[in-house]
Amino acid sequence: MLEVEDVHTYYGLSHILFGVSLEAPAGEIVCILGRNGAGKSTTMKSIMGLTPPRRGTIRFKGAVITGLKPYRISRLGIGYVPDDRRVFADLTVGENLEISERARGGEHAWTLSRVYEFFPALGRIDGRRAGFLSGGEQQMLTIGRALMTNPELLLLDEPTEGLAPMVVHLLEEQIAALRDRGLTVLLAEQNQKVALRLSDRGYVIDNGSIRYHGSIQDLRENEDVRRKYLLV
Amino acid sequence: MDFGQSITLSAVGVHLLVGLSRAMILFIVSSGLSFVLGVLRVPNVAHGSLYMIGAFAAFTLNNAFGGGSAGFWLALVLSPFVVAGVALVAERALFCHLYQREHLMLLLFTFALMLILGDLVKMVWGADYRSITTPEVLEGSLPILGSSFPKYNLFLLIVGPLVAVGLYLFTNKTKIGKIARAAAVDRDMVDAIGINVSWVFAFAFVLGCFLAGLGGALVAPTISVTLGMDHDIIIEAFLIVTIGGLGNMWGALLGSLIFGVTQSLGVLLWPQFAIVFPYLAVVIVLVWRPTGMLKSVW
Ligand SMILES: Nc1ncnc2c1ncn2[C@@H]1O[C@H](COP(=O)(O)OP(=O)(O)OP(=O)(O)O)[C@@H](O)[C@H]1O
Ligand SMILES: [Mg+2]
Repeated sequence: MLEVEDVHTYYGLSHILFGVSLEAPAGEIVCILGRNGAGKSTTMKSIMGLTPPRRGTIRFKGAVITGLKPYRISRLGIGYVPDDRRVFADLTVGENLEISERARGGEHAWTLSRVYEFFPALGRIDGRRAGFLSGGEQQMLTIGRALMTNPELLLLDEPTEGLAPMVVHLLEEQIAALRDRGLTVLLAEQNQKVALRLSDRGYVIDNGSIRYHGSIQDLRENEDVRRKYLLV
Repeated sequence: MDFGQSITLSAVGVHLLVGLSRAMILFIVSSGLSFVLGVLRVPNVAHGSLYMIGAFAAFTLNNAFGGGSAGFWLALVLSPFVVAGVALVAERALFCHLYQREHLMLLLFTFALMLILGDLVKMVWGADYRSITTPEVLEGSLPILGSSFPKYNLFLLIVGPLVAVGLYLFTNKTKIGKIARAAAVDRDMVDAIGINVSWVFAFAFVLGCFLAGLGGALVAPTISVTLGMDHDIIIEAFLIVTIGGLGNMWGALLGSLIFGVTQSLGVLLWPQFAIVFPYLAVVIVLVWRPTGMLKSVW
């Protein structure tokens, strides 16, 4: 589904990603684990075209998407849920979802009512301004917004950050449900517990380079790697 | 101190109405400026030039259609589209490459554009004074409050609220309006949900300039259309947008009302210094609320 190959990304002069390569096969949840500032978000943004890589190739469903504008990448079927949530604060919940709608994928396509079915909490606050939502509600909204574009691959950047355990649990279930519906998910997390429970395979990133990758089983068992790159 | 005329209740009433009708023009122009500021973050100094082009275009179109009633109405409807066309060309050729630049650059750039457009107007229309006659229905005055009130000003008092309502419906009820509001705050995120922000910005810019053109066409029958009218309006429009709250449409309305009304009451109170009153009002508002009366989107 997604192949990232030897990607180098810069912010101005500072070199942030040093040849990141990873793969997300169709129908799997793949996690990128790493500490603060390791380069998880930058990897996500590079895939989305928000910080276009200076070197390397990104392929989606076999086609090269490096260098495309974010809106083109979105239209090809990649949904993006940013780390800092970034709901459109001035718009209502319903409007946030409405402007994101891109009809695609036939009868199983995500629509406003399907998103409300999936996140009943959102349906109840349809008319509320997004800026007034709680952290958990905002996170559901950003996921709902990405779903409205009817993606095949979902980029989830630290979806559980700063949320209460109850909400984390709920989101975890919903993310698993999305995979069961056939969505591929690339999940960036600092929260090892969530990532190790959810994912099928994992990558560990540190200082802008991938240090480890393997099945989630391997990663669970590999204390050394986790201690070396993930503990603060 | 030399008062211009004895201040009667009826004089105050009529001046108030004149001020309000003047405020409608100011509102139409400054709401366009504010919209462009809010969505694109571009302080468009050339906005006044587009207003001037609107007025000149109205003059030419009016003549082209043989003057008279039909000429007036056609000119009024078509001039804003002429201005929108100019704006679209400017946006696609120049502005769209500059949005990421810092504000000082944008100020300098749009200032240069103002000079260029001013020269263009001079080349096309010359430096003469032009005037447009109003159609018969809007000619003359009506007796109001024991004084006479120009029908054309009454017409402005109807058009202004219509534009306000139209703009409100556009930004709140249409999908493109909602997208524009979202893009005003987070351009990248709008991009990432699959929307070509470049065209949203082009549309927002053209709409803002359309309003400048409409203001120019509407004001044309009430003034001498001539070079320099761009400078006057742009200063007023920026002050209005600042006291109203950058990017806030209702702020532009409120600012215009304050500006227009203090201006015309100033004429009544102290004609020699009438021009000072609105600026005094601006200073008072800014001391009281430095970021404008209503919420700024910046
Ligand atoms: N806009 C920016 N300009 C310059 N440097 C940046 C910018 N954004 C991030 N960085 C730097 O890039 C590096 C990687 O940041 P990134 O946000 O990708 O990390 P992360 O793994 O997502 O961390 P976190 O867990 O805190 O979200 C960091 O050193 C950070 O300081
Ligand atoms: Mg991050």
